[in-house]
Amino acid sequence: MADVRGERVNVVLALRDASKTGVISFFVLLPLIGFLTLTNIRNELILTTRWPLLFTWVGVIFSGRFIYSLAIAPWLAQRAMRPVAAAPSAWRSFVGKWFVPFAIGFAIAYPLIAIFGAGYDSALKWIDNFGIQILIYVMLGWGLNIVVGLAGLLDLGYVAFYAVGAYSYALLAKNFGFTFWLLLPLAGILSSFWGILLGFPVLRLRGDYLAIVTLAFGEIIRLVLINFVDLTNGYAGISGIPRPSFFGIPFNASDNGFDATFGFEFSPLHRTIFLYYVILALAFITAFVTVRLRRMPVGRAWEALREDEIACRSLGINTTNTKLTAFAMGAMFAGFAGSFFAARQGFISPESFTFLESATVLSIVVLGGMGSQIGVALAAVAFVGATEMLRELDFLKQIFGADFDPTQYRMLLFGAAMVLIMIWRPRGLVSSRDPSVFLKERKSISAELTKEGHG
Amino acid sequence: MEVFLQQLINGITLGSIYGLIAIGYTMVFGIIGMVNFAHGDVFMVSVFVALIAFLILTTWLGITSIALALFIVLIVAMIFTSLLNWVIERLAYRPLRGSFRLAPLISAIGMSIFLSNFVQVSQGPRNKAIPPMIRGEFVLVDHGNYAVTLSMKQLAIWSVTAILLAIFWYLVAKTRLGRAQRACEQDQKMAALVGVDVDRTISLTFVIAAALAAVAGTLYLMYYGVVSFADGFVPGVKAFTAAVLGGIGSLPGAVVGGILIGLIETFWSAYFSIDYKDVAAFSVLAITLIFLPQGLFGRPDVEKV
Repeated sequence: MADVRGERVNVVLALRDASKTGVISFFVLLPLIGFLTLTNIRNELILTTRWPLLFTWVGVIFSGRFIYSLAIAPWLAQRAMRPVAAAPSAWRSFVGKWFVPFAIGFAIAYPLIAIFGAGYDSALKWIDNFGIQILIYVMLGWGLNIVVGLAGLLDLGYVAFYAVGAYSYALLAKNFGFTFWLLLPLAGILSSFWGILLGFPVLRLRGDYLAIVTLAFGEIIRLVLINFVDLTNGYAGISGIPRPSFFGIPFNASDNGFDATFGFEFSPLHRTIFLYYVILALAFITAFVTVRLRRMPVGRAWEALREDEIACRSLGINTTNTKLTAFAMGAMFAGFAGSFFAARQGFISPESFTFLESATVLSIVVLGGMGSQIGVALAAVAFVGATEMLRELDFLKQIFGADFDPTQYRMLLFGAAMVLIMIWRPRGLVSSRDPSVFLKERKSISAELTKEGHG
Repeated sequence: MEVFLQQLINGITLGSIYGLIAIGYTMVFGIIGMVNFAHGDVFMVSVFVALIAFLILTTWLGITSIALALFIVLIVAMIFTSLLNWVIERLAYRPLRGSFRLAPLISAIGMSIFLSNFVQVSQGPRNKAIPPMIRGEFVLVDHGNYAVTLSMKQLAIWSVTAILLAIFWYLVAKTRLGRAQRACEQDQKMAALVGVDVDRTISLTFVIAAALAAVAGTLYLMYYGVVSFADGFVPGVKAFTAAVLGGIGSLPGAVVGGILIGLIETFWSAYFSIDYKDVAAFSVLAITLIFLPQGLFGRPDVEKV
C-alpha cells in the first residue's frame, strides 16, 4: 500500500517538474519557433506564426522531462549508489587488449569491405565521404592531441596550420609545378615554422587566455587569406590544384596513366583508394610518432607540463622550448593533413578554414579523452561519421515531408552533442590515464584522480 | 579634422554596443572564471527577439510611436534573452561546475554552435532587414563639402547606454545582489559559508549579462537594421577583446575597452583599410594578451602553487 502511495507522489512530483519545464520551454522557444520572419515580394519582412510547431516542441520537452524525472533520474540515483568495481571486468580487458589490432586491421581492409559491401559503383562514396573524411579528422585530432592532450596547451586556432599546409601545397604546386611527394614534407615544415612563429610570443600565456590568442591568430590568418587576393584569390579560392600521382604515374584515362600501366580498367575509384591509403599512412605516422615521443624526454616533459607547470619549472625544464616543440609538432601534422586535403579536393577556399573547423577538431580531442589516442580516433569516427550519416537519411523525408533536409540540422546536432557529452562525461570517452612512467606495474589512473595544471 | 570628428562619433557609438556585450563576458569570467563563448550568440539571438517584437508591435498592433515601440522592444528583448541565458546556464554550465578546466569552455563552444544553427534552422539563413526606424540628424560642423553629423540613432544609443550603465552600476555597487556577486568573485567557498546562495548569484549574473546583451542587441538592430544568424561570432570576439583590453573582471574596464575597440575599428576602416578592420581588432586582442594580460584596469594575476 505504501508503495502505491509512493508511486503516486512520484507521479505528482514528476508532473509538477515537467509542467515547470514545459512553461519555461514555451517562453524560451516562443520568439524563435513561435514566429517566423519571411521576406515578401516587395522585400519587406513579414511575420507568420507557427503555433503547431511550437506546441509540438513544448509537448516533446514536457514528456521528455516527465519521463526523465519519473524513471530515469531515480534509476541514475540508484546506479550512483552502487560501488564502483575496483578492477575492470574480464570482458573489458579483453576488448581493451584486442581493440587496437582489430581497428587497425579494419582500417586497412576498409576499401575492400566497402567494395564488397556496397558494390563497385557506390563504394566511391563510402571510401571518400566516410573513410577519407574521417581519417583526415583522426589525423588532425591526433596532431592537436599533442598540443592539447599531451602538453596541455589549449589551442583554438589549430585550423590556421591546416590552412598553411593546404595553401602551401596549392600555391607551390600550381605556380612551380612541384609534386605532391615533394610538397608534403615541405608543407609540414612550413606549418611547423608558422607554429613556432605564432607560438613564440603567446606561450607565456596560460589556459583560457592562450585559447583566445590562438583563436585570434587563426582568424587573422583566415582574414588574410580572404583579403590577400593577389596571392590567394580571396573568397573564390584556388581551383585546379594538381592531384597527387602514384609515384609519378598520374591517375587518368590516358595511355601512361595508372590504370593503363597496371592493366586495370580505368576507374576513378582507384585514385580514391590510393588517397585513402595515403591518409591512412599519414595518420599511422602521426600516431606512431606520438607514441614514440611520449617515451622520449621531450614527451615526458610535455606530460609533466600538463600536470603542473610550476613544478616543471622548478625542476629545471625549459618550459618555453617544451611548449614550442609541442606547438611545432602539432602544427607540422596539421600541415601534412592540410596539403593532403588540398590534393584530395583539388580546390580550396578560406571557407574550409573557419573557426568551426578548429572547434570541431578540439571537441574531437576533448570528447575523445585528452591524451588518449584511441579515444580521439573513436570520437572522430563517431562525430564525422554521424554527421556524414545525416546525408544518407533519405527515409526521414517520408516521415517529415519532401522538403525536410536532414543535413541542415548537422551543425545543430553537433553543437547539442558537444554540450551533452560534456555533461555526461566531462573527461571524454576514454578518460583513464595510462602513465608512461611507472614504478612497479602499469596501472590506469582514473581521470577523477588527475588534476590539470594551469598550462 | 572633420573626418576625425565624424569617426570619433561613429566609433563611440559602435564602442557602446561592444561595451554592453563586454560587460557580460567580464562578469561571467569574474565570477566563474570561464570564457562564455556563447555570449556573442546570445547577443545575436537577442537581436532576433528584438526584430520579432518590433514587427509584432508595428505591423500587427499598429503602434506608430517609434519611441514607445522601441521601449517595449527593449524590455521584451531583455526578458526573453535573460530567460534564455538562465536556461543555458542551468543546462550547459551548472552541471559542469567543479569539473575540469576545459569542460565548460567546450560546452560553451557547443552552445555557441547550437544557438547560431538553431536560429539558422528556425528563421532561415538569409539576412533580415527592416527599414530604418529613426531618421534625422544634427549637423555639428558644416564646411560645405563635408558635414559632421550626429544622427538621432547615435544619440539614442549613447543615452540608452549611459542610462543602463548607471542602473547597472547601482545594482552592482549598492545592492545586496551586487555585494553577493563581488563576494562570490573573491571566494565562492567563503561566500557560501557566510550565507550567500552561490548558485543563485551565478544564475543572476548570467541573467544580467544577457539583459545587457539584449540592450546591445536592440541598439544594434536600431542602428544597422539588418541581422543574420552568423552575426554573433565576430561581435562576440570583439566584445571579448574589449573585456580583455579593459582588464577582465573590471566593469568600467569593459566599457572603456569597448569604446576603445569601437574607435580602433572605425579609425582603422577610415584611414587604412576597411578589409582588414577585423584583423586590426584581433591583433589588438593578441597584443593586449601578450604584453598587457591584466588589461588597463585589471588586477595582475597572482601565481599560486
